Amino acid sequence: MTTQSRDAQSAHQESTPGANAESLADDRSRPPERPALRARLDWRDYAIYIGFAVVFCLFAIFLRDDGFLNTNNLLNIARQTAIIVVMAVAGTFVIASAQIDLSIGAVAGLSSVVVAMTIASTGSAAIGILAGLGVGAAVGIVNGTLVALLRIPSFLVTLAMLGIAGGIAQWMSNFQPVPILDTTFTNAFGSGEIGPAPTLLVWAALAVGVGVVVLNKTRYGRQVLATGGNAVAAQFSGVRTRRITFYVLLVSAVVASIAGMLYAGRLQTGRYQWGTGDELSVIAAVVLGGTSLFGGNGRVVGSAVGAVFIGLINNGLILAGTDVSQQIIIQGVIIIIAVALAKKK
Amino acid sequence: MSVPRESHWAHASPPQGGDPNERAGLQAAPHAAGPPAVSMTGVRKAFGKFEVLRGVDLEVKRGEVHALLGGNGAGKSTLMKILQGVHTHDAGRVEVDGQAVEFTSPHDAKAAGIGMVFQEFSLIPSLSVARNIFLGREPRRFGLTDDATMIRKSTEILDRMGADIEPRTVLSDLPVGYWQLTEIAKALSLDARILIMDEPTASLPYHEVEQLFSLIDRLRDQDISVIYISHRMAEIERVADSLTVIRDGRTVLTGPVAEVPSAKVVESIVGSEILHGLKRGEPKFASTRSSAPVLSIRGLTSGHRVQEVSFDVAAGEVLGLAGLIGSGRTEIANCLFGIERMDAGQVFLDGRSLRIRGPQDAIDAGIVLVPEDRAQQGLVLGHTVRTNLLLPSLGKLGRGPLIDDGRGSKLCAGLMSRLDIRASALNETVGRLSGGNQQKVVISKWLGLQHVGQAPRVLILDEPTKGVDIATKTEIMQLVLDIADTGAAIIVISSELEELLSVADRVLVLRAGRIHEELDRSDIADEEALQLAVQGVN
Repeated sequence: MTTQSRDAQSAHQESTPGANAESLADDRSRPPERPALRARLDWRDYAIYIGFAVVFCLFAIFLRDDGFLNTNNLLNIARQTAIIVVMAVAGTFVIASAQIDLSIGAVAGLSSVVVAMTIASTGSAAIGILAGLGVGAAVGIVNGTLVALLRIPSFLVTLAMLGIAGGIAQWMSNFQPVPILDTTFTNAFGSGEIGPAPTLLVWAALAVGVGVVVLNKTRYGRQVLATGGNAVAAQFSGVRTRRITFYVLLVSAVVASIAGMLYAGRLQTGRYQWGTGDELSVIAAVVLGGTSLFGGNGRVVGSAVGAVFIGLINNGLILAGTDVSQQIIIQGVIIIIAVALAKKK
Repeated sequence: MSVPRESHWAHASPPQGGDPNERAGLQAAPHAAGPPAVSMTGVRKAFGKFEVLRGVDLEVKRGEVHALLGGNGAGKSTLMKILQGVHTHDAGRVEVDGQAVEFTSPHDAKAAGIGMVFQEFSLIPSLSVARNIFLGREPRRFGLTDDATMIRKSTEILDRMGADIEPRTVLSDLPVGYWQLTEIAKALSLDARILIMDEPTASLPYHEVEQLFSLIDRLRDQDISVIYISHRMAEIERVADSLTVIRDGRTVLTGPVAEVPSAKVVESIVGSEILHGLKRGEPKFASTRSSAPVLSIRGLTSGHRVQEVSFDVAAGEVLGLAGLIGSGRTEIANCLFGIERMDAGQVFLDGRSLRIRGPQDAIDAGIVLVPEDRAQQGLVLGHTVRTNLLLPSLGKLGRGPLIDDGRGSKLCAGLMSRLDIRASALNETVGRLSGGNQQKVVISKWLGLQHVGQAPRVLILDEPTKGVDIATKTEIMQLVLDIADTGAAIIVISSELEELLSVADRVLVLRAGRIHEELDRSDIADEEALQLAVQGVN
């Protein structure tokens, strides 16, 4: 940038709204607007993919003898991260709309307990699934109403809901795991396979597919992005921003309840601990994937890759023989590095 | 140094001696003998190639209230920023108390005794008055803040100002007028002897204005000089001793308030700047005011800011709303667009009564608004031009549940060519465009609706050319006229009266939330007449 245009720019930044002389100076000396291509091909947008490839190659080389590249090991990574991927898709919408949902892990746990207990008492998987979805819808309606209508910050509302949902799950199950014997349910949610693919992967792929289309190709998705980018301007453009916020939080909770069923199906038990701490993994995955924490943009595929990336690192560290304490330290460091690298100047 | 052409006053012998005003006991004369508090001569400043200041002279005597006037973009803010050390001048001489100075930082300016009362307060609402006054330089004892000393000093300053505020009160519990007093106290606590006040009454309710004026009188008695920036003639006559008008970066008029007729001041502010080649001819649209109006408003009332406002706008007509900030102009627009609540009144569109609960209702009915604050209300700055253009039309671009991007691209391409924005800018982040191009994007996102079969019936533009250069200004206003000629009803709100005169068929002058006067095009002799009507000077 030339000295001249820098001067003009600083003048622009300092100018008060009424002082259009400065803006005029800005108009005249601004360099020609950059070609769009250069704006699009910013490597930072692809940081997560590059990081993923690099780490994958490193593990493939150094952990070869530990069986990193075995099909079984790779499927393991996919299975372990699939549930986070599902929640991260909904989480992308939440963060893109400049909100946050901290209650998803607890909602997943509560949903797993409710599903298991309902199936145990009614013997019907279908009623169990409806009950699980009901949990998600109920929590989502409360979160959405408090945030969109009463304008309480989502951080506080969902933090409180994290405690409430977690507490209800513990209370209902009396801290005990509730086994699920219905194989139709466990096969559909997480234990079974469709052809060569574990059902968990089908669920994850489905979530990503739907998420990509809804965010990029529907009116709702684009209104979510506009609301997150500038809620006032979105409102002045006819977007019902409160309604958008409500739906984003509702869907997040419902998707969390589905994630709870995936835990329940995969582990053939409903248990209040399922999902504990997942909200943090989801936020990390979404931000790693290139979605701005301040809202306005969203990358569903990036979030999914971010989630798998975290699982990949976990797996590699386990194979390398580190213990749990070392794993979480290294995970934390990697997340900080990745987010710092992806940060736009 | 250039000598301004139009001025009969600039560089005339600076008035010496007694205060020309007849306010008893407020004479600045005893102090006027020393060097002036501020003297700026031949000050120039350019940003890049663009010269904002081309030779400004300003002399403020000690203990004097000096009004600084000028239209938008005249250079007032830049001049004041030089005095505050935010910008440095390229040429000319700046003296404070007879000493030549060249401030390189706001810190230098504060040390020289220059204080600023910001229009947007630089205060923290959750802290007490005293803590705000001493923010960042709290008195300390044993490494801890010394609250007792802070409160004592604050009380001293507030007493000196004659302000009845308990310094321990949390700011957010006080009305806005007191915020301003706190802001002034903050400046005084830094031993400011020259106070710059930028539109200090803009945010004040009417009953608090007189309180501010008596404070200014009191400051003058304490030998403090005030540079008072305002557009309101009545206020200047009440409070100021002398005035200086700048236009296009030059001083065009200076003199004692009592000796300069207000018509003369207005003429100097306005100058002869016109929008080149733009002239509202006879409305082309066949329908005139004799036919049924497109938009009718009856008894519109919203809080205290809009009172019983009624008017009609016909198809193809451009209605101008003139008035000072706070006169209710923006509030009327926001009520019609569903942003602000209507307490009473009715809106009719094409004869049908309309209930507007939110912007979506307004848009669906065909009322659209180009809002006052482009960056905050008009655009999602971080998104591309394309995304912004399509935002209001998303619902109509569907193919089933999905958006038809091909149709979106076609719509954008049509808008871009019509607006003369380069098509390569479509994927550009809108925040990178110039102010003028940004405004074109805001207007075109509404025009986009007509490509999806929902042409706006009423287009409201609130300060559409704020911060826009003159060439683009003309383009934008020409565009507005073209839209009028398609049969839409247009409402233009503007502080720039020349702009209203060049496009409006009729102008409503608003004052204190009411329609004060309705002026037909043929009733308005010239811009000065309109300016006088807006100012309330007869």
